[in-house]
Amino acid sequence: MFHFIDRRQNPKHKSIGNRQRFMRRARVRIKEVVEKSIKDRKLTDIANGEEIAIPTKGIDEPHFRHASDGGRRERVFPGNKTFRPGDTIEKPEGGGKGKGGKEGSDNGEGEDEFRFALTREEFLDLFFEDLELPDLVKTTLREVVTYKMRRTGHTATGTPTNINVLRTMCKSLGRRLALGRPKNDEILALENEIAALDGKAEPSADELSRLEALRETLKGLLRRRRWVPYIDPVDIRYNNFAPKPEPNTKAVMICLMDVSGSMGEREKDLAKRFFILLHLFLNRRYKQTDVVFIRHTHVAQEVDEDTFFYSQETGGTVVSTALVEMLKVVRDRYPTSEWNIYGAQASDGENHAGDTDKCTAMLAQEIMPLCQYYAYIEILDERETEIFRSMQNGAALWQAYRTVADAWSNFAMKRIAKPGDIYPVFRELFAKQSDKVAVRL
Amino acid sequence: MTETQGKREPLFEGSEWTFDKLRRTYAAIEDIALNDLGLEVYTNQIEIISSEQMLDAYSSIGMPLMYQHWSFGKQFLREENMYRKGFTGLAYEIVINSNPCISYNMEENTMAIQALVMAHAAFGHNHFFRNNHLFRQWTDADGILEYLQFAKGYIAKCEERCGPAAVEEVLDAAHALMDHGVFRHRRPTRLSKQEQVDREKERVRYEERNFQDIWRTVPTNGNGDDVKDKTADADPEKVCTLNLPEENLLYFIEKNSPILETWQREILRIVRNIAQYFYPQKQTKVMNEGCATFVHYYIMNRLYDDGLLTEGAMLEILHSHSNVVFQPDFDDKRFSGVNPYALGLAMMQDIKRICTEPTEEDRTWFPEIAGNNDWRGTLKDAWANYRDESFIQQFLSPHLIRKLKLFLCVDEAEERHVMVDSIHDEQGYKAVRSALARNYDLALIEPDVQVVAVDMSGDRCLRLRHTVHDGVHISEKGRNGVIAHLRRLWGYDVDLIGVDRDTGEKLYEVSTAKSAAA
Repeated sequence: MFHFIDRRQNPKHKSIGNRQRFMRRARVRIKEVVEKSIKDRKLTDIANGEEIAIPTKGIDEPHFRHASDGGRRERVFPGNKTFRPGDTIEKPEGGGKGKGGKEGSDNGEGEDEFRFALTREEFLDLFFEDLELPDLVKTTLREVVTYKMRRTGHTATGTPTNINVLRTMCKSLGRRLALGRPKNDEILALENEIAALDGKAEPSADELSRLEALRETLKGLLRRRRWVPYIDPVDIRYNNFAPKPEPNTKAVMICLMDVSGSMGEREKDLAKRFFILLHLFLNRRYKQTDVVFIRHTHVAQEVDEDTFFYSQETGGTVVSTALVEMLKVVRDRYPTSEWNIYGAQASDGENHAGDTDKCTAMLAQEIMPLCQYYAYIEILDERETEIFRSMQNGAALWQAYRTVADAWSNFAMKRIAKPGDIYPVFRELFAKQSDKVAVRL
Repeated sequence: MTETQGKREPLFEGSEWTFDKLRRTYAAIEDIALNDLGLEVYTNQIEIISSEQMLDAYSSIGMPLMYQHWSFGKQFLREENMYRKGFTGLAYEIVINSNPCISYNMEENTMAIQALVMAHAAFGHNHFFRNNHLFRQWTDADGILEYLQFAKGYIAKCEERCGPAAVEEVLDAAHALMDHGVFRHRRPTRLSKQEQVDREKERVRYEERNFQDIWRTVPTNGNGDDVKDKTADADPEKVCTLNLPEENLLYFIEKNSPILETWQREILRIVRNIAQYFYPQKQTKVMNEGCATFVHYYIMNRLYDDGLLTEGAMLEILHSHSNVVFQPDFDDKRFSGVNPYALGLAMMQDIKRICTEPTEEDRTWFPEIAGNNDWRGTLKDAWANYRDESFIQQFLSPHLIRKLKLFLCVDEAEERHVMVDSIHDEQGYKAVRSALARNYDLALIEPDVQVVAVDMSGDRCLRLRHTVHDGVHISEKGRNGVIAHLRRLWGYDVDLIGVDRDTGEKLYEVSTAKSAAA
């Protein structure tokens, strides 16, 4: 007796639960490693999971095991070549003694770190943990909302697809009881009795009169049954649905990037890295989020993702053109009644003389009232970091934007000088609201 | 020799397998296994799985059902990483000591390998599981899957009720003590799943009824014993009621811990029962693999001789076989200890040789079996009645010691050199053989730690004694970790004393109380 069973179609990933348990347990350490890894990796690679090594502390499994040294040990080895009894072999590598055998580490666990690979999902989840778009629900426009149908009790009218069978049958049963609908059993019994009497060859007078009476009753019952139907239209109940207001969560992120001549390769690279991170974050966490890419030199242009990240462009710098373009996009496609608007701008802080005032005016008067949140990232030259260490100092644009930041609490500005800065700055900008003190009302 | 007996067609050609070929091949293998070798096996249930499922199986210690724990996830990640990077291949099969005997065969195996694997697992291991006395006495092949089902359900229920963190804490601690959660001498009782459930209920009822009787915190005058013994370890009666000394630490904690709740005790039982189930496998690595390898080697050769295997298939099988039984020399880069497959197979083939073509030497060393011409019976007897240590002690022949060029080294910590004590010569055979046997003695491989005393009326400190053999201590990191876990289960301080086996001298003492103070 034997049987073969093809298990290949059985569900895989039986150990996914165990894997999650492990991740939960090692979470803190894994997270540390993941965050550190951002410094060593190209941002475009982030999206592919990676192999990481975490310290075994906290995930080790202790056992009583013999130590690998000390005491007297006897071991038998195969493959003797020239040894005679009484020969001595130099420790530690002189003979077969070197490699520790069974007393050594079990499954390489004695190592200080544990290496394994994270999947892309796990990596990104950890990476963007505790980040969110601030003020996702429009506070000022809460009454302008979208609607979603929700179950709300039962009604007597509706479409057949919504019939609630249980309710309907309850009603029907109550009505049948109240109006005294004859039961099937009752009628069946009567019919049987009639049939029995009918079948008699020579019925007596008594029986004949009884038969007559029974027939009368049966007729009455049948009539009654017709009057009181099993299910009447008045019994039927429908599930009721009513529109329920839902807070608005549609969001659009507008990315503005300076690609003018003053932005060198390094600056552009940093800005792009920042936007890649932002893009990845939005894709990962907000399925419904639109992203608009606008790049500008002395003219601004809305472009697609590929052009934004990969194409080369050069020219003068007029920042306000990008803001104008942004306003145009918002007015054309993203009415504020339906959309939460977010802005992220990256620049080296240089601007055409005289344009800066125009920018601040536009931001303060037109853009900020529309936006839930606006982040400005200034890409610094590494030499400049020394000079511009404090918030007070900065290029023309930085100085001007500070007045906007003072007036609007949902305007944030940060500086980035090297790749290592990107992730911390990003975290600061998008830390969960509950962590921040100031919540706009 | 292919076509000399070529009256029969090969069972299969090419490397692709189909269920039809598998069935045909299985039947041919079964014929040899049962009628020629005379094996007795459980009904086979052979399941074909994919490589991912194999990885899953790896991480639940090879069992088809297992409760959930993060350490299995860690194991999975490690295996997966090794596999992805190509450091290790996956096993061709996994076989489970259950009735019916379940073996998992990999989908990726070629037909030749499937044949090899069926002979190896479905007959070799299966026969060993069914007949070896350790497995017969200590494991319950009929009930194991049911029990695992129960364990999985029970632990999931505990997680639901008490939260995964609380369950994890108990499991962590229980796993740390798993190696010391087996009865080495007493035989455990067998229970079916229903009996388990019943017993658990009964236990709960009992403990509810006798709540304060389990651990009296206040000594009463009515019970004279409790008052007078201030030092419980000195009181023989007290030691007697707790059945001390106790080598099964998990059992002791489960029965006597002052702080555990019923479900926590049940979890300890589950871990303990699983440890007990695997205990025979740990003691029979050489024999189990040797038996399976011997059986597959014999059957494959018979199939080939009968013309049932093509030359190509046989070459592939031999290639795989010689990889498995490869034994590098001690000075080889690849050396990592004695290969149990190689040693087991070599010894069993040697027994066959002694039975059929004994030399004078064999007749003096093995008068009972030399030349008895019944190598099948002799091997079956060995498979049934020995474990690694006794098997080597009994059957390792001078001929094989010479063939493997075994030699014995003694390593004293204070010496600057390792001494070659004995080699494969007349004076050395016995010493080499005994030493090799001892290398497989689980009682010597695992530290000997026992509960010796509990101060029940005082601070409830749990005293453990580690009997130190040959001055080999327990590695410190693991030791402290395990003691910390023990303390968590016991609820009070735990004390571990290392005592030399021969002199009785106290070598070291560690305590959770001291480490907390330090």
